[in-house]
Amino acid sequence: MIPVTLEHYLIVSGLLFSLGLAGVMTRRNALVVFMSLELMLNASNLALVAFSRFNGNLHGQVFVFFIITVAAAEVAVGLAIIVALFRRRQTVQVDEITSMRL
Amino acid sequence: MHDQLFWFFSIAMLLSGLLVILGRNPVTSAMFLVLSLFFMAGLFVLLEAYFLAIIQILVYAGAVIVLFLFVIMLLDLKTENVRQFKRFGVFGALVVAGALAWKLTSVVSAVLAAAAKPVVGTTEAMGKLLFTQYLLPFEVTSVLLLIAMVGVVVLSRKETK
Repeated sequence: MIPVTLEHYLIVSGLLFSLGLAGVMTRRNALVVFMSLELMLNASNLALVAFSRFNGNLHGQVFVFFIITVAAAEVAVGLAIIVALFRRRQTVQVDEITSMRL
Repeated sequence: MHDQLFWFFSIAMLLSGLLVILGRNPVTSAMFLVLSLFFMAGLFVLLEAYFLAIIQILVYAGAVIVLFLFVIMLLDLKTENVRQFKRFGVFGALVVAGALAWKLTSVVSAVLAAAAKPVVGTTEAMGKLLFTQYLLPFEVTSVLLLIAMVGVVVLSRKETK
């Protein structure tokens, strides 16, 4: 069996990112779109940690720490927007929300 | 052992990621997202990023997913299971995501890792970096969290006019 190198981690990260992108593009439910967004963020985190590990440099992991923090804040704000939208429109289907004004 | 664990974690992570975007019920999607994030934490352990693995489980599985589930329960989506996917989205997504996956995976063979001494992301090492070189971004992050908190409170307040 071939030993696991940086390439393997990057390929897994790329595949996960593509999965998240496919989810964002296809799903109608805004909540699931949001979860797919989280998958994409995680894929980038994996790439950063892998680079950090194989280049002997801890700074990449510090970046991932910040990304996780910002992602947590982003999820809180995004879900609050979805809840506010649901209160106005009674729907979370992204293709039913077509006008800019509420 | 390391290699077998890598294959197990990454295949399980990709499978649960696939089930996140295929699941009919948002709760099922959220559960598979937790699973996917756990396997990601496993990969972080394999990469010797121990601190990040713990943070991943605490922040994502602990806080983010609870928030997701909370909102799913709050919205109480009943008339949901009609059409899950956008009409023309599926074809476009297959083309775009497929092309992206192909490009990303073909490009990595050009990436060269410097033959450096591997680092271990322990809490001590991370803390030293965070509180010396990255002290300013670290403090700015706390302001960002405060802004997000205030924003969420304002957004989710009932309008009283």
